[in-house]
Amino acid sequence: MAKYHVTASVNGEPVEFLCAAEQTLLDVLRDELELTGTKEGCATGDCGACSVTVDGTLVCACLMLGTEAEGREIGTIEGMADGDTLHPLQRQFLEDAALQCGVCTPGFLVAAKALLEENPEPTETEARYWLAGNLCRCTGYDKIIRAVMTTAAELRGE
Amino acid sequence: MATATKETGNGNGALKYVGTRPWRPDGVDKVTGRAKFGADISLPGMLVGRVLRSPHAHARIRSIDTSAARALPGVKAIVTRDEMPEVPSQWVPAGEVQVNYRDMSQNVMAREKALYDGHAVAAVAATSAAIARQALDLIEVDYEVLPHVIDVREAMQADAPLLHDDMFTQGVEPAPETPSNVFKKVYFSTGDLEKGFAEADVIVERTFTTKPVHQGYIEPHAVVASAGEDGQCEVWCCTQGQFTVRAYCANLLGIDIGKINVTPSEIGGGFGGKTVVYLEPVALRLSQLAGRPVKIVMSREEVFRASGPTSGGAMTIKMGATRDGRMTAAKAWLAYQAGAFPGSPIQPGCMCVFAPYDIENAEVEGYDVVVNRPKVAAYRAPGAPISEFAAEGVVDELAKKLGIDPAAFRLMNAAKEGTRALYGPKFGPVGCVETLEAARSSEHYRTPLGPNQGRGIATGFWFNIGGESCATINVNEDGTATVIEGNPDIGGSRASIQLQAAEALGIPPERVRPLVADTSSIGYTFLTGGSRVTFATGMAAIEAAGKVVQQLRERAAKIWDIPVDAVEWEDGYARPSGSNAGDFEPMSLAEIAAQAGKTGGPIAATASINAQGAGPGFGTHVCDVEVDRETGRVTILRYTAVQDAGKAVHPSYVEGQIQGGAAQGIGWALNEEYIYDEDGRLENPGFLDYRMPVASDLPMIDAVIVEVPNPNHPYGVRGVGETPIVPPMAAVANAIENATGIRMTDLPMSPPRLLAAMDNGGANGGA
Repeated sequence: MAKYHVTASVNGEPVEFLCAAEQTLLDVLRDELELTGTKEGCATGDCGACSVTVDGTLVCACLMLGTEAEGREIGTIEGMADGDTLHPLQRQFLEDAALQCGVCTPGFLVAAKALLEENPEPTETEARYWLAGNLCRCTGYDKIIRAVMTTAAELRGE
Repeated sequence: MATATKETGNGNGALKYVGTRPWRPDGVDKVTGRAKFGADISLPGMLVGRVLRSPHAHARIRSIDTSAARALPGVKAIVTRDEMPEVPSQWVPAGEVQVNYRDMSQNVMAREKALYDGHAVAAVAATSAAIARQALDLIEVDYEVLPHVIDVREAMQADAPLLHDDMFTQGVEPAPETPSNVFKKVYFSTGDLEKGFAEADVIVERTFTTKPVHQGYIEPHAVVASAGEDGQCEVWCCTQGQFTVRAYCANLLGIDIGKINVTPSEIGGGFGGKTVVYLEPVALRLSQLAGRPVKIVMSREEVFRASGPTSGGAMTIKMGATRDGRMTAAKAWLAYQAGAFPGSPIQPGCMCVFAPYDIENAEVEGYDVVVNRPKVAAYRAPGAPISEFAAEGVVDELAKKLGIDPAAFRLMNAAKEGTRALYGPKFGPVGCVETLEAARSSEHYRTPLGPNQGRGIATGFWFNIGGESCATINVNEDGTATVIEGNPDIGGSRASIQLQAAEALGIPPERVRPLVADTSSIGYTFLTGGSRVTFATGMAAIEAAGKVVQQLRERAAKIWDIPVDAVEWEDGYARPSGSNAGDFEPMSLAEIAAQAGKTGGPIAATASINAQGAGPGFGTHVCDVEVDRETGRVTILRYTAVQDAGKAVHPSYVEGQIQGGAAQGIGWALNEEYIYDEDGRLENPGFLDYRMPVASDLPMIDAVIVEVPNPNHPYGVRGVGETPIVPPMAAVANAIENATGIRMTDLPMSPPRLLAAMDNGGANGGA
C-alpha cells in the first residue's frame, strides 16, 4: 500500500513523515515521530490522553488522520516546557501533587494550557467542563482542578 | 483539605522529612512526557502482536485452523492452545487472594472451551499491525456454542449451564457428588446468633446486588517480550509486580525463573487490575517462536472484554440492635461472581463485612461462583466494597429506626483496640473511632441541607498487608544516595520511599534517588498492592538505611580512631557520643562517603524483610447529594473523606489516594456497570458507555487525614490506598435515602434505576 508524504510542524520544528492512509495522528506521533508523551487510552476520543493542539485548537490525536496534519502546526506535551524551564502548569501540577500514575497527565496539561489560552479566568465549573474530556482514574480531579485554578491566577499576575 | 493529627505520640514529633510535601522524584518526567509507560517501549526488529478473542460467552472450541494466516507474508508466529504448555492445577498465594496456574494458563489462552466474550483463542506476531489484523481475520475457529450463565444467583442453580465439569464445591459437608458453578463456601461465626437476634429490639434484613465494575486504569495493558536463542528472556511491561510477571511467565511456559528478567515500565494505573498476566506469556511464547521481540498492546475494548473487573455480588444482610443503640447480632450471606475461573475476593469480602463494629454474635457465609464473564482481578480492597456497601446500608437503616444519629450509632459500636474481628485477630490501635469522630465534628456534617438534598455517612475497613520486600541503599562518592527497590510506583511510592530513607539517613530527600529495579537487580519483592508498599518496602528502606548508618559510624570511628560505640549518628552527621569519646568536629555523610575508598570500600547495604503488622485502615465518608426527581440524576454536592493513615509520609499523595478512591467509589455507586446482551456479549466495552466519573461530575473532595500510629512501623505508617474505595457506595446510597426516603439496594444507582424506584414508591425493584 502506498504511503502518503506529509509535511507539518511539531512543537515549532518542521517534520516530514510517510504515513499509511489509516494511521491516525496519534499513531504518527508515537510510531513515526517517536513522540511517546502523547498517550493512547482508548483510541475513540473518549479519554483525552492523546490531547494535542492543531493550529492552536485542542483535539484528540486519535480522531484525526496523519495525512490531515499536512501543513499544520501540531503542539504536544514535549513542546510545553521551554528548554529546562517548566510551564507554570507543569510546575503547579508537581507542587499540588495533581498526578498519581501520570499517564493522563500529558493530556490534562495540554488541555489545561488550551483552556487558559482561551479563557484566562475560568470559574471552577468552567475548568471542570473544559477538562471533562480528559479522564483521570487516580486523583478524583480535586488536585488537578486546584492546580489549574492556581496557575490561572498566577498567569493573570494575581 | 485538612490534616487533623491525633497526638498519640510514638516520638514522631521529631520527624524532619516524613510528613513533608516535596515534588515527587519522578515528577518532572511525568509532566514532560518523558516517562516511559508500557506502550512507549520499542526494540529494533520488533514484531506487532495481536490477539484473537472469542465472540461467544460459552463455546466448545472444536478446531482452530491457522493455515491461511500462517501463509500470509509478514506473519512470523502464531500461538494457539497447541503452542502453549498444558499446566497442572496448582494454587499459590498472591497477596490477599490465591491464584491457580492451570486457570491462569487457560485464561491467557483458551483450551477446550471459550468461557467468556473476549476470551483469547489465538495470537499472531507480524511485521506490521495491518498484517497482524489481517492474519487474525484468516484464522478459522470452529465453535460449538453452549448455553451460558451471567448472573451469580442463576449460576448457583442446580440446572445452570456448567462452566467446569470437574468443579465440586469446597467447604461444604458432606462433599457434593455433582459438579456445580460454586467453587467454594467460606464461613465465619462468633457468639450465639439466635441469642443475639433475640436480644435485639429492632432487626433489619435487606438483599442487595452490585454489578461488576472495571478498575478503569487509563493505560491499557502493554508488553514487549524478547526470547533469545539461548533461552534468556527479557520482558518489559506495565505491571504492579515485575516478580509476579516473572513467576507467572516461568510457570506458564516452563522456563527457569532465573532465565527471565522483567523490567517494569511506568504504570498508568492498575488498582489491582495489573497484578495478573494476560499478554506477557503470550508475547513471550510468540517471541520464542518468531525469534524476534514482540509487542502487544490491548485496545480499550480488549481491556473491558478480557481483563479483570471486580465481582458483582448478591448479598443478604440481617442485623439487630437494642433500643439504646447496641448492635447485638449480624448475619451475612454473600455470593460473588468470580468470572470464568474460581477466585473471587469472597474471602476478604467475608472478613471485612462487619469489621468496623464490635458485635458479639455474628455469622458470615460466602460463595465463590463462576460465571461466563472475564475472570475477576483484584480491585482496590478486593471484595470489601461490595459487602460493606450492603452492611453499611443496613446499619444506616437501623440507626434511622432507632432514632439515633447515624454517626453516633456507629460510634456506639465502633471497633477499637482490643475488639476481636470476626475473622480472628484482635485489633491493635486502630482509627475507626477517630475517623467517625472527625466526620461527626466536621463543619460539613452540621451544614443544613436544601430540598431534595440528603446526607449519608458510611465507614469502611480494609485490613492492609505487609509481605516480602527488599531495598538496597548505595551511598555515592559525593554523599548522595540511591535507594533501589522493587515496587512499581503507581501513585507516588517513590516519594514515600525516598522520604523514609532520607529520614533514616538524616539527609535531605533531594539527595536520595529512588529507583524501581528489574527482577535481576533487586531481591524478590511482592507486588504493589494491598496498600503494602509505603509500609513494607518503606520498612525495608529504613532497615537498609540503618545498616548504612552503622557502616558510616564504623568509618567515622576508624577515621577518628575511637570505638564505634563512641560514635552516634544524628541528622546526617557522625558525632562523638560525648566528651569522653573525644573532641572531633562532626563529619557529614558526604565527608565520610568521600573517604570510603580509604576506610574499607563502598558503603552500601541491602535489607530483605517479610513485613508483619500492617495496621488495619478505617475511613469514614460523608456525602451530600441532590436528587433530580424528574430524571433520577444524582448530583454529588459535597464530599468529605476521613481516613486514618497511621502517619502520612507525603500527605499530598495520601490525600490523593483518599480522593481518588472516593471518586472511583462514586462511579461504582452511580454509573458504572457491565451490560451484557442476551447472548452474553458485553455491550459497553468503551469509555463512552462505561461511564466513569469526569471532572464535571464531581465536587472537590475534602480529604481529612487522622493519624493513629501503627506501632509496627518505625514512623507509624499504615497503608492508605485501598480503604478509601470502601465507604463511598454506602455513603451515596445513605444520602439518597436521606433525600428521598428510598433505600436503593442495587448498584449502580443510575438515573433510570432511581427514577423507577421513585415511581413505584420506594421499593428498589432490582436490575
